[in-house]
Amino acid sequence: MLRLPSFRYLQPASLTEALRMKRDAGPDGMFVAGGTDLYPNMKRRHQEPRTVISLMGISDLRATEGRKDGTTVGSCLTLRDLSVLPAFRPYAAVATAARLVSTPLLRNMGTLGGNLCLDTRCNYYNQSYEWRKSIDFCMKKDGKICWVAPSSPRCWAVSSSDVAPVMVAIGAEYGLIGPHGERVVPAARFYNNDGINYLTKQTDEILVEVRLPASNGWDAVYHKLRRRGSFDFPVLGVAAWINWQSGAGSREPLVNDARIVLGGVASYPQEIAEAAAALRGKPLSDETIAAAAEAAYRPSKPMDNTDFDLSWRKQMTRVYVKRALEELRARHT
Amino acid sequence: MARKPSDRRIIGKALRKIDAVAKVTGTTRFADDLAFPRMLYCKLLRATHPHARVVSIDASAARALDGVQAVLTGKDLPIPFGILPVSQDEHALCVDKVRFIGDPVAAVAATSEETATAALDRITVAYEPLRSFDSAEAAVANPEPRIHDYGDSGNLHKLIDLEFGDAAAGIAEGDVVREDLFFFEGNTHLPMEQHAAVAVWSPDGKLTLWSSTQTPHYVHRALAKVLELPPARVRVIATPNGGGFGGKSDPFNHEIAVAKLAMLTGRPVKITLTREEVFYCHRGRHPTLMWVRTGVKKSGAITGMHFRSLLDGGAYGSYGVASTYYTGALQTVTYNIPRYHFQGARAFTNKAPCGPKRGHGTPQPRFALEVHVDKIAEQLGLDPAELRLRTLVPPNSLTANYLRVGSMGLGRCIEKVIAGSEWKKRFRQLPEGRGVGLACSSYISGAGLPIYWNNMPHSGVQLKCDRSGGVTVFCGSTDIGQGSDSILAYIVAEILGIDPFDIAVVTADTDLTPVDLGSYSSRVTLMSGNAALQAAERARQILAVHAAKQLEVPVDRLQFADGRVFDGNDSKRGMSFADAVQAAEAAAGTVGTVGSYTPPRSAGRYRGAGVGPSPAYSYSACVAEVDVDPETGIVRVPTIWIAHDVGRSINAATVIGQVEGSIYMGLGEALMEEMAYRGNRNVVHKIPSLLEYKSPTTLEMCDVITYLVEDPDPNGPFGAKEVGQGPLLPVMPAVANAVYDAVGVRIDEVPITPEKVLKALRRKAKGEAGRVGPESFPDIPWPEPTRVPTPWEGGDGKAVEQVRA
Repeated sequence: MLRLPSFRYLQPASLTEALRMKRDAGPDGMFVAGGTDLYPNMKRRHQEPRTVISLMGISDLRATEGRKDGTTVGSCLTLRDLSVLPAFRPYAAVATAARLVSTPLLRNMGTLGGNLCLDTRCNYYNQSYEWRKSIDFCMKKDGKICWVAPSSPRCWAVSSSDVAPVMVAIGAEYGLIGPHGERVVPAARFYNNDGINYLTKQTDEILVEVRLPASNGWDAVYHKLRRRGSFDFPVLGVAAWINWQSGAGSREPLVNDARIVLGGVASYPQEIAEAAAALRGKPLSDETIAAAAEAAYRPSKPMDNTDFDLSWRKQMTRVYVKRALEELRARHT
Repeated sequence: MARKPSDRRIIGKALRKIDAVAKVTGTTRFADDLAFPRMLYCKLLRATHPHARVVSIDASAARALDGVQAVLTGKDLPIPFGILPVSQDEHALCVDKVRFIGDPVAAVAATSEETATAALDRITVAYEPLRSFDSAEAAVANPEPRIHDYGDSGNLHKLIDLEFGDAAAGIAEGDVVREDLFFFEGNTHLPMEQHAAVAVWSPDGKLTLWSSTQTPHYVHRALAKVLELPPARVRVIATPNGGGFGGKSDPFNHEIAVAKLAMLTGRPVKITLTREEVFYCHRGRHPTLMWVRTGVKKSGAITGMHFRSLLDGGAYGSYGVASTYYTGALQTVTYNIPRYHFQGARAFTNKAPCGPKRGHGTPQPRFALEVHVDKIAEQLGLDPAELRLRTLVPPNSLTANYLRVGSMGLGRCIEKVIAGSEWKKRFRQLPEGRGVGLACSSYISGAGLPIYWNNMPHSGVQLKCDRSGGVTVFCGSTDIGQGSDSILAYIVAEILGIDPFDIAVVTADTDLTPVDLGSYSSRVTLMSGNAALQAAERARQILAVHAAKQLEVPVDRLQFADGRVFDGNDSKRGMSFADAVQAAEAAAGTVGTVGSYTPPRSAGRYRGAGVGPSPAYSYSACVAEVDVDPETGIVRVPTIWIAHDVGRSINAATVIGQVEGSIYMGLGEALMEEMAYRGNRNVVHKIPSLLEYKSPTTLEMCDVITYLVEDPDPNGPFGAKEVGQGPLLPVMPAVANAVYDAVGVRIDEVPITPEKVLKALRRKAKGEAGRVGPESFPDIPWPEPTRVPTPWEGGDGKAVEQVRA
């Protein structure tokens, strides 16, 4: 069997203690929440921490709090919590994305924070040590080349989170704590389009909470493409957010603002500004939807490193953006 | 007094499997559950090159690691082995050459799995890379460098050319001549249990191996050969298999490695493969390119057929020679083909070795044939169900290639699924995007010949009747989850009139049980079932004689039922089964019997006639309904109707279980499963994991409506034929035919992925042929055909002398 290597496991009860433990462990220390991403990766020697610091005993990280301007949710809520808790009803797209992650068993363990910080994936990378040895490794771990694009100076591993595109689309903010204090970053600024340095979070920072905006005047949906109805990571995720113009009266409702964010096609949740521009100030007619879908299709550039043929995945961008917008239209009328 | 079928107490009933409680409560001990004091753990170092000479191996640093007890390399196990006598081309550890990424080159035994794993990285192997080939076409085009130094030509392992009558003349008699090309992608078995084995070497020089194998008898032979041990000092015990599907039918390198390590260290040694390593064991479906040309009369009658197959065999022989013959053998047992020409080739490539997967060599040609027939029906303007019904092979007949068909329930199977699916209201009449497709199939109930030449029985049973009233059945057969242990108990219980749960079943232990060749080719119910039937009837005879004396009733009036032996005319006059055993034991000594089974001699006498004959053929017909999303090409299968001619079900629940399991596996092959390799990066398996090798989940599983057709075959126990493999075969072509009905495009290859469907739809929209599939069949240096006159040409099953110009 593929075995976990030996490591030290620490269980801090507070954020202060967790940060101290990380400082003591140094670069060999890593935080873990549900472990559904980290532990399989450790078996394949992707991450090789000597000390693993669990965040699951820190009660602050599992709190949910309503604010005047939205709701704050702790990063260690499980994906199952997220998909069933009444507090998330206004955030149906978040709950949907959480419910579409992997399997029920893994959602019982996996957390919101874990999914938002999910290691980027690539089928040259998510392989055992022996397998990677036979391709002479890749630049994301132990090697020098990106086999997806051998002349590329960067790694093209894919952002495979279902929840992250929704967070970017609805304009959530992430609260972090680190050795130098607390900071808040917009979800979109939390991610880099780089398969290796895919987060702006420092390794000694902890993602504490996510601040969801107040749920008024906007609606969002998440559509996921994958081979099977369970288990699979997205090969394409479409998060669509629409802020409807108020007081439209009897006229056809108009889009005040919109965001279209793609998952599974780049190393970060990719916001497609051109698609949003095609929608602003317009009704969600078939023509507008087609224009937005076309605008999303063009910059969508999946690489050959997930399931399915890459050109088909690109073509599906058009179909999935269209279907996401059609659902939003249907829900508004 | 034999009971009428209607009086049967057990046969045909949906009884619990005898190991069901152990399985669901987790008390079944699989190979990986075994542990022994002082046990060591084995890991294998595997090749990181697809094709290379091994220049040197330095294991000194591994040997120096604390906890490492032994390291083996190829020179420690120089004797080759392989499942077929004609393909002894494997070594437990590669000697001078590696042939695919995953080929083992060294084995470590250490005090923990972690230490053994760490030791692997301390073994240095110097390789001299050779050119590698990643497809059968590449192997055909490049005879050099040869992957093996044997085989029929260059990198072609096997070439077959068999002609039964003048097929070309037959085809020319058709009103329509149709030619098609098909491709069937390779896929793997994916058993839930990963292979595991434990070896113990006793101080008195005896080796015992526990292994998750479907074929303990063949493992026994391979171990004795490679380890140079007297076979009598080797004991192989097959542990309950957590699924096999053909993937555990070969003797494996890891089994030999742990045995040798146990002998060297004097300590028990265990190996449990990772999922990735199971992908390297493989022995799964051969990727197969096929070309078929058929002549057909307007009535639908076939006048002749020419079929070619090219199999990508991967790195070793395995069962491949048999697989190649199988791609040409069973075309003739469903629809009447009066003249038939088959040419088959198997190539070596630098990929994990292919072998027998559920349906062994027949799902590929069956896919081709059933889609081909669907196209012919359309060309002739006939309903495909009607066309098939018109051309059925009659029961009790001999085919052009000398296969003896006994009972034949395909017509009834077709009628069942046509009625059940409301075919006549749906076919070509559903709205765009929805469709139905029909396909049929047949499969063997065990092969007529054993794997190595011998004239002994294929299955043996010993039966011991205890004075307590308990009965023990000993048989070499292996339960791989299909329920073969239960079948033994049901058959014996039926004959002796006792509760199957009062029967102890001892199986798959070469020290304790008579030889059964193994759980492959759907042979176990028929063959070990017949052996058990014979042993039980002999026991009943002995018991009856002595019970009759004591009861003062004529022997032929005695009945065995409900745990009693009694007068059929006066049921009060009787005794308990235990008393009957005691009476017999007191009078004649220990009560024990044996039974054995040898298949009837096959009719073919030509070279290659060994593959195809079977005591009985099962038949299936299947209608699949599909939904095709024209924007994405995604195919969903909501419902499958399937009828299976099982002859007679021994246990109706396990029969239906096999049917449903076959459909589940078939859906995976039809829609998504693919042994994909990275051509650009070293011919490495692209996705050797349960997550990325896509196989359906329960969410993708369709509703299944099963009809059992019972047309008892005189060669089967109680008339039973196989069910474990046949029902898989029609699923893939039924789905392909349904996709055509739904959106009018032909996907002439599996898997039928959304990419291919969308591509075909685009082509159709542009006015091109709405088809995705292979475009050509390479030139192959076929040998001179073996010409066999058909039975209706006065043939006697022998080939005619080759006349060379």
